Amino acid sequence: MTITHHLTDQILLAHAGGALSEAFGLVVAAHLSMCDDCRARLGAFEAVGGAILETCGTVPVDDGGLAATFARIDAADRRGAPAAQRARAPRRGPLPGPIADYLGGGLDEVRWRPVGMGVRQAVLCTAEGATARLLHIPAGVGVPDHGHRGLEMTLVLQGAFRDEWMRFGPGDVEIADAATEHTPVAEPGADCICLAATDAPLRFNAFLPRIAQTLLRI
Amino acid sequence: MVEDTTPDDWTSALLRVRDGRDRDAFARLFRHFAPRIKAFLRRGGMGDAQAEDCVQDVMATLWHKAHLYDPARATVATWVFTIARNRRIDMLRRVRPELEDLPWGPEPEPDQADALALRQEAERLGVAIAQLPDAQRSLIERAFFGDVSHSEIAAETGLPLGTIKSRIRLALDRLRQRLS
Repeated sequence: MTITHHLTDQILLAHAGGALSEAFGLVVAAHLSMCDDCRARLGAFEAVGGAILETCGTVPVDDGGLAATFARIDAADRRGAPAAQRARAPRRGPLPGPIADYLGGGLDEVRWRPVGMGVRQAVLCTAEGATARLLHIPAGVGVPDHGHRGLEMTLVLQGAFRDEWMRFGPGDVEIADAATEHTPVAEPGADCICLAATDAPLRFNAFLPRIAQTLLRI
Repeated sequence: MVEDTTPDDWTSALLRVRDGRDRDAFARLFRHFAPRIKAFLRRGGMGDAQAEDCVQDVMATLWHKAHLYDPARATVATWVFTIARNRRIDMLRRVRPELEDLPWGPEPEPDQADALALRQEAERLGVAIAQLPDAQRSLIERAFFGDVSHSEIAAETGLPLGTIKSRIRLALDRLRQRLS
């Protein structure tokens, strides 16, 4: 897979610092599962976190802290396998593990809902004002011309789309902000499946999509 | 008693925990890192009792997950930081999508030279951060304490991203080589 469009330094720094909401964190985790380059860049930002941990000073811990920690370790050992070692379903199809975790399986498990013009969506999570959804856009179909009040991150999982300027294929992530007005269109040939996270409703430029937006809660 | 003071010692201590369940080595790691994790959490605004609980949890996780530690991929401090950050997110009751582990499994024979170079770069990175102007250093620290929102980072006012980027370039090249 050749990935052309990557995560920005700001997004990676926010992720390294633990500042991203669940929806954007899911897009980042899914992209990192597909992109060694961004994973290495995240590792470098995390190294900054390690350096800060070493230099941010010390606060004394309780006198019994070490003994209490050994007691936790021993209690966990008595309980058996640590909870941290969760089994993950084997990867199937175009979905990275972090998305498969939400679906409990592959694309077969997705409960799609129509949003008009043949486009379908499935909301995966909404928290802290941000929503992550899968979008299924039939080949050749466009998402209506829209701008953004906040941040929008779109990761292509299958197929490809183009906007006025660029092409986005599998693994590519498009990051759009309040300054971006665009009309993404799925390429002819194969349907396009994306994971999209937004932290504010989209702002459609035509009247009819605005009505549809009210009804469909895009 | 002689206290360990260098990152090399933290790596060998953690490997002794990993390979031999060595409690003395763990105690040395605890004495060094527990007060730093607590400072890190307190600077992010966590209360004293919760921070104390979180420190013990992070150190217990270090024990249980020691088999996942790869000294050529991260220093002990960096690894501890990621555990503490993840635990802090969990305590905020925020769901944290987990990465796939596929491409970065620990290698059977860690490359000693890689691990050493990584630690030296981490030390230089620490020096570079310490030398930043106060306002910039404070902002980058707050980004890691969890005290800066994503939109503040996106706005980038005063964040020394350029400095950080030039400093992490070497570490980045090394990590990329590990993946190729």
